[in-house]
Amino acid sequence: MTGLDFNHLLSLLPALQSGMAMTARITLIAIVVGILWGTLLAVARLSPVRAIAWLATSYVNLFRSVPLVMVILWFFLIVPQLVHALFGNAVEDIRFTSALVAFSLFEAAYYSEIMRAGILSVPRGQFDAGLALGFTRRQTLRLIILPQAFRNMLPLLLTQAIILFQDTSLVYVIGLSDFFGTSYKLGDRDGLLVEMLLMAGAVYFLISFLASQLVARLHKKRIR
Amino acid sequence: MISIRNVSKYYGDFKVLSQCSAEVNKGEVVVVCGPSGSGKSTLIKCVNALEPFQEGDIVVAGVSLHDSKTDLTHLRARVGMVFQHFELFPQMTVLDNLCLAQVKVLQRSRAEAEEKGMRLLDRVGLRDHALKYPGQISGGQQQRVAISRALCMDPICMLFDEPTSALDPEMINEVLDVMVELAKEGMTMMCVTHEMGFARRVADRVIFMDQGQIVEDRPSADFFSAPQSERAVQFLSRLLSR
Repeated sequence: MTGLDFNHLLSLLPALQSGMAMTARITLIAIVVGILWGTLLAVARLSPVRAIAWLATSYVNLFRSVPLVMVILWFFLIVPQLVHALFGNAVEDIRFTSALVAFSLFEAAYYSEIMRAGILSVPRGQFDAGLALGFTRRQTLRLIILPQAFRNMLPLLLTQAIILFQDTSLVYVIGLSDFFGTSYKLGDRDGLLVEMLLMAGAVYFLISFLASQLVARLHKKRIR
Repeated sequence: MISIRNVSKYYGDFKVLSQCSAEVNKGEVVVVCGPSGSGKSTLIKCVNALEPFQEGDIVVAGVSLHDSKTDLTHLRARVGMVFQHFELFPQMTVLDNLCLAQVKVLQRSRAEAEEKGMRLLDRVGLRDHALKYPGQISGGQQQRVAISRALCMDPICMLFDEPTSALDPEMINEVLDVMVELAKEGMTMMCVTHEMGFARRVADRVIFMDQGQIVEDRPSADFFSAPQSERAVQFLSRLLSR
């Protein structure tokens, strides 16, 4: 080991920064889309229409039963071929898009479980009260139940977001340069693989640890 | 105003309501009482279709609940309901609780809704609490807010489902006072309650239920002075001996 000196690390900073930007972009978009789609799935699972509930449940079970890395590969390998077959045009670089789609759809399954628990945590009487005031079922859900479900589940939603942030490192399998991928490539190039991976691990640890401390503090404040 | 016709309801094989029939005329105050598990809360929830029932029909203001053309949402907007556990929306202020349905269901302007809300809060003596959250006021105050919230919709009648059962004893009267005042103004009311003092003071009739059946339906003075059924006699004596 030659050691990773500070000046060398400084020279790698721009590349690492753009890697972190990629990680942040995937994380944030997957959180937003995952929560929205997950909430819809949660509502669908609680639907009185059996077919809708069954479809949503199957979706969640499917995505919770396969490894994330496989989902990422599927969307990278299969979806472009499908698009090609359907529309006939050549597909450009879809690594980023396919990663976003894979993460959003995958995370939605987990977010839907959280939101379902959140909806069930709101007393039944709140739903009756909404209906009794003349709201439709949909309005009652949107205006009364979901805001409470979301608030009750905020710590869990944030914890899931931290897990998602760590999981984004899996995009290395499709060669996307996120923070982990960039660190790996630079370390490989400069013969500093061990040092760079340790450094990357430390950064992931620091960010995740601080974020979970914040969540814990938020949770404590709400319980009081 | 409310006409309950041979209503039966089942949970699986268990018959919760059995051939219930009753009328509540415009301006009448009817108290529904009976031992717990007698189906009185279920019956009142059937009146604005919060609970489905399998047999019979309920007609509210000329509208049949079992008519497939009936817009239940529209009907519920015209029938006020007050719940045992208040069911104020905890994430909104008291005033927002009062305004939400006025704006979203009745399409009133925010200003109009606030004015109406403040007027009704004033009436129940809670004007100063308009900007607080439900969690910051007492149970009795929350129930008075809940009554105001229902009144904001200008209901044609009011349903009360054990409005004082979840309250500490010292808060019961502040809620009953509001209900008495409402009754005296001529509001049509159907109240499930154990407050026999309230029933004596303002109820025109008392409906006594047991095991899913309406056992007695008589003018309140008659009911209290000379209950006809053995079960009502037992029920009243138990209430008095508490």
